[in-house]
Amino acid sequence: MTKQGVQTYSTVVIGGSAGGREALIELLAQLPENFPAAIAVVLHLHPHSDAADMARTLQKHSRLPLQEAAEKERLRPGQVYLAPANYHLLLESDGRFALTIDAKVNYSRPSIDVLFETAAEAIQKKLIGVLLSGASSDGAEGLMRIKALGGYTLVQDPATASSSMMPGAAISRGGIDQILPPAEIGRSLLQLVGGKN
Amino acid sequence: MIDPAIETLEIDLLQKAIADRYGYDFSNYSPASFKRRVVAYVKKSGHTRISDLIPPLLHDRNLFRSFLYAVSVTVTEMFRDPQVYKILREKVIPVLKTYPSIKVWHAGCATGEEAYSSAILFAEEGLADRVQIYATDINEESLHIASEGIYPIEKIKEYTQNYQQSGGRGSFSDYYHARYEAVIMNQDLRKRLTFSSHNLVSDGSFGAMHLIFCRNVLIYFDETLQNRALNLFSQSLVPKGFLCLGTKESLLFSTVKDRFRIIAEREKCFQLK
Ligand SMILES: C[S@@+](CC[C@H](N)C(=O)[O-])C[C@H]1O[C@@H](n2cnc3c(N)ncnc32)[C@H](O)[C@@H]1O
Repeated sequence: MTKQGVQTYSTVVIGGSAGGREALIELLAQLPENFPAAIAVVLHLHPHSDAADMARTLQKHSRLPLQEAAEKERLRPGQVYLAPANYHLLLESDGRFALTIDAKVNYSRPSIDVLFETAAEAIQKKLIGVLLSGASSDGAEGLMRIKALGGYTLVQDPATASSSMMPGAAISRGGIDQILPPAEIGRSLLQLVGGKN
Repeated sequence: MIDPAIETLEIDLLQKAIADRYGYDFSNYSPASFKRRVVAYVKKSGHTRISDLIPPLLHDRNLFRSFLYAVSVTVTEMFRDPQVYKILREKVIPVLKTYPSIKVWHAGCATGEEAYSSAILFAEEGLADRVQIYATDINEESLHIASEGIYPIEKIKEYTQNYQQSGGRGSFSDYYHARYEAVIMNQDLRKRLTFSSHNLVSDGSFGAMHLIFCRNVLIYFDETLQNRALNLFSQSLVPKGFLCLGTKESLLFSTVKDRFRIIAEREKCFQLK
């Protein structure tokens, strides 16, 4: 990490499954409205659920505006984007989202690995990956890719996760920069991206 | 460690080789998802690098067919997004009923499930004898499956639910025959359908359509290619014809947006002005 106040990270990608939504709420509660990075989130949802509804519910807990990610939309700092149900969310190297209905990955669509791996290639050193609670091994591979391409990796402390499998799977692969409870992940993000509290 | 910048170069070279050899131009596809599918194919075929694919693809047309099948996404469903079919019943079919004959085009039909769904819809609305449904794709193998109309039986439960939610008036089981592990769609439905090859990158317009479906195809294209396809659709529709896109697709940011009005925002149904 470079000097304080210098923004080294532009984008945060977050993945969660069972229990991930609750952890995300705790994490987002720590972020001020001038948070200077874009945040893209994949939560495993029921295929018929509506991410726009989910954004409205989560909005009550967040000072940052939340919305469903739209295809070809350019990421803006300080905005939280949720992957639509039943689509994979990808990041392109021109800083925009892409959606696909490609086959499920790790039994999931959206898949956390798909977002993490494409974001790792698109954003490289300016990316932070965060993996939260879940009963799946989705996200572990993607987090490794983020690390390999120079990004920073955070995983929810399995002891605080209602499903520890997903954080556990990532930790057992190694290469995780910090393992923390959700609220502390929020505070850590704030330090990493250089936003003022 | 594989370097993404080198991989981008390899993808460029691969696309050039395929375009020159076989005439399929993928250069205006969304890069990240195209690359994911190519990399999956590289792994599956036992190669290490993307550029390893170039020599065998250049020399083996059959291999190219399997490549084409792998990189074009064949994922689809019957009555996917049931609400869309409900809107069609309520807002589009009543208008189409005023025409003596009705032409429908499914662009990017994959293995045909969506086209059979619309054949069922038109049959239930009493328009079976007036409708002709053209369904096209670039993927010959998908088109072959589509024209056979044979689908795995384990999908039927989900399709039946979709059908019911779409406002289906009958029983979904009236539209197919079950045989062992598969179902075959009824002959009366198949009669209404014509499957053929058409490439939205390079082929021209289809004449005088009343309703065009192009669902979950444009998400795979960049904006240039999206605009090309949307222009093609607006040229292929009769005045006041309808266009139905995937629920996460839009024409509001395209060059044709002023030519259409919105019929249903969430279901992405539009009408040519
Ligand atoms: C994900 S499927 C969509 C199937 C169906 N419309 C649906 O929504 O369920 C995308 C289809 O678009 C086809 N496709 C891709 N590029 C195309 C092109 N240039 N011209 C025509 N079809 C294309 C693929 O072969 C594939 O069958």
